[in-house]
Amino acid sequence: MDRMKRTPIREQDPKVRATNFDEVCLGYNEEEAVQEAQRCLTCKNPQCVKGCPVNINIPAFIAQLKEKNFEGAAKEIAKYSALPAVCGRVCPQETQCEGKCVLGIKGEPVSIGKLERFTADWSNENNIKLAEVEPANGKKVAVIGAGPAGLTCAGDLAKKGYAVTIFEALHKAGGVLVYGIPEFRLPKDKVVAKEVENIKKLGVKIETNVIIGKTITIDELFEEGYDAIFIGSGAGLPKFMNIPGETANGVLSANEFLTRVNLMKGFKEEYDTPIHVGKKVVVVGGGNVAMDAVRTSLRLGAEATIVYRRGMEELPARAEEIHHAKEEGVIFNTLTNPTEILVDDQGNVTGIKCVKMELGEPDASGRRKPVVVPNSEFVIDCDMVIMSLGTSPNPLISSSTKGLETNAHGCLIAQDETGLTTRENVYAGGDAVTGAATVILAMGAGKHAAAAIDAKLSNK
Amino acid sequence: MYRIIKKRQLTDVIYLMDIEAPLVAKSGLPGQFVITINTEKGERIPLTICDLDKEKGTVTIVFQTVGASTLELAAMNEGDELFGFVGPLGKASDLIEMSDAELKEKKVIFIAGGVGSAPVYPQAKWMHEHGYKCDVILGARSKNIIILEDELRKVCDNLYVCTDDGSYGFKGNVCDMLKEVINKEGKSYNHCVCIGPMIMMKFACLLTKQLGIKTIVSLNPIMVDGTGMCGACRVLVDGKVKFACVDGPEFDGHLVDFDGAMKRQRIYATEEGRAKLRFEEGATHHGGCGHCGGK
Repeated sequence: MDRMKRTPIREQDPKVRATNFDEVCLGYNEEEAVQEAQRCLTCKNPQCVKGCPVNINIPAFIAQLKEKNFEGAAKEIAKYSALPAVCGRVCPQETQCEGKCVLGIKGEPVSIGKLERFTADWSNENNIKLAEVEPANGKKVAVIGAGPAGLTCAGDLAKKGYAVTIFEALHKAGGVLVYGIPEFRLPKDKVVAKEVENIKKLGVKIETNVIIGKTITIDELFEEGYDAIFIGSGAGLPKFMNIPGETANGVLSANEFLTRVNLMKGFKEEYDTPIHVGKKVVVVGGGNVAMDAVRTSLRLGAEATIVYRRGMEELPARAEEIHHAKEEGVIFNTLTNPTEILVDDQGNVTGIKCVKMELGEPDASGRRKPVVVPNSEFVIDCDMVIMSLGTSPNPLISSSTKGLETNAHGCLIAQDETGLTTRENVYAGGDAVTGAATVILAMGAGKHAAAAIDAKLSNK
Repeated sequence: MYRIIKKRQLTDVIYLMDIEAPLVAKSGLPGQFVITINTEKGERIPLTICDLDKEKGTVTIVFQTVGASTLELAAMNEGDELFGFVGPLGKASDLIEMSDAELKEKKVIFIAGGVGSAPVYPQAKWMHEHGYKCDVILGARSKNIIILEDELRKVCDNLYVCTDDGSYGFKGNVCDMLKEVINKEGKSYNHCVCIGPMIMMKFACLLTKQLGIKTIVSLNPIMVDGTGMCGACRVLVDGKVKFACVDGPEFDGHLVDFDGAMKRQRIYATEEGRAKLRFEEGATHHGGCGHCGGK
């Protein structure tokens, strides 16, 4: 065995998977997982743990895998993470744990994400009871939003004996895990529903179809006897470019497109939500959501193109997603920026007018600023444009709650360490605070807030 | 969970239902809307609140059967349960936010077109219950689409009914009726709330702009989540992109881009048409729509 090389991961053939919604990555089997685990050096001062937003003791769980003690590995992860089957699939490991792995200096880092995924799937398949719940302490906590931040916060508090109720605006729990991330990256029944069930097994109640700020307000929750509230309501309204033609038929946000497909399952005959997929689809943006949208439209039969204003090197999406998208046949039009959406007299999209860009001096974000190449205008023919430019925060809760302050971007103001907002006993975390970010950062925020809520309420 | 407590067929294509949803009944206000989901595999349908009964914990919805999902809802009966019912969504009517002094200055005319009578009703009722005067124009293509006439009559000072074909009340559309009321009856208004089909709202707004009457319209565009996430419901108001689900559903009618909004309503016309045929023809549908190949 070459210690510098990873145990290869099995994946669906790109040509086959481009036509189905089954998971791309097939994961390690027991033998492969143990083999990959053997590569870990079990560093005394593990850098990988520092790269993990929830500080999983990575060498400890991998040490259990080396011994083929899969249950032990699962219990080790469960001390830190409530959603390992999700994180093993969607975390940007290359910039977190794996990015810090010492083996990565001379060779390939340990496949920590794939090992986490293996451990979590094994544990789910074998119905391992992972956590003990402390006796009820008589205190009530309300959690707003059943996404990664809310589920994590609720799970941690339930383990400590709190009576936790999650209020979810949609008709299904999971947040971005069900409406945003596609089936081929994160299977809904096998993974997400299982993880939600695991949280419920800890005693957490989930009330769907309740919109905090509308159906019930934060103040009413306190009147009902909740001792603390965690807001993990997620990101909000999709951003658009404000270019001509953007309200045309055939222009939609990545949120809308992905929600119609993932949550509403509009592409399945037996579901009622309509979905229209163009023959030629252009997705504007370069993040993970853009990759999800472009690969989804490809699977629904479209010729699918990414248009991104910076270069391939600057694409903010995870390397693995970009690699998979390329393999599947997605066309990348980088250093390209849309200026107008062309529309026929019925209001339908016929093309997108773009200019070529080049990279100039670094801007405030440290990235090189794209500038327009003069006289470089050209048209890409297409009949659908999906805007994947990020989101701005949803105003429903902040606008209906006195004393809850937001920053200039409309994000809730919350302390880094605790998630405490500007209002007593109200905590917040995830995209509602940071703007659109990752699942694992939201989970980290949920975790820190749970610890802070416990510290506050147990001191009373 | 969300039981149908009462079902009433108002016309051959319009139905009224009282749905058990205590939390929504408690917090809902005139002008707001709800999302209903018939079954686990159903779509999310936005419907404006028609009435609320806080004591019984029910919310009244009124809908017209236009596609497969509304036909399916119409086929459900008292005692059946909806899979989902969420709300109240959107902002409440401007009138409710106004001070007593402001409201006393208002001479309000409501214009209700067809099924638009449903969202007009709770606003007129609110005015009536709070001691403010208002008139209502109730218009439709034909007599068989006139709904909630008795209910509206009880909560306004003057009710003017008109039909395009003259089969009931004044012969003419709501614009003709408004001109008639102002010119012949000498009435004057400084605030109009106009709710109905998009094309009706467009022309009513052109008229009220000429007449200098501030006009509020309520839009019911295509939506998915209805909570400010998907952006499907965006509409141009005064040249700016607004989201009907969180910024509306009510907007200044003189600033709304109705032509753009009407085009957007047809986005899923083909898919919706197919689904409707499938629903109506059931197992006998073998591709008569010319699109699905009988699938």
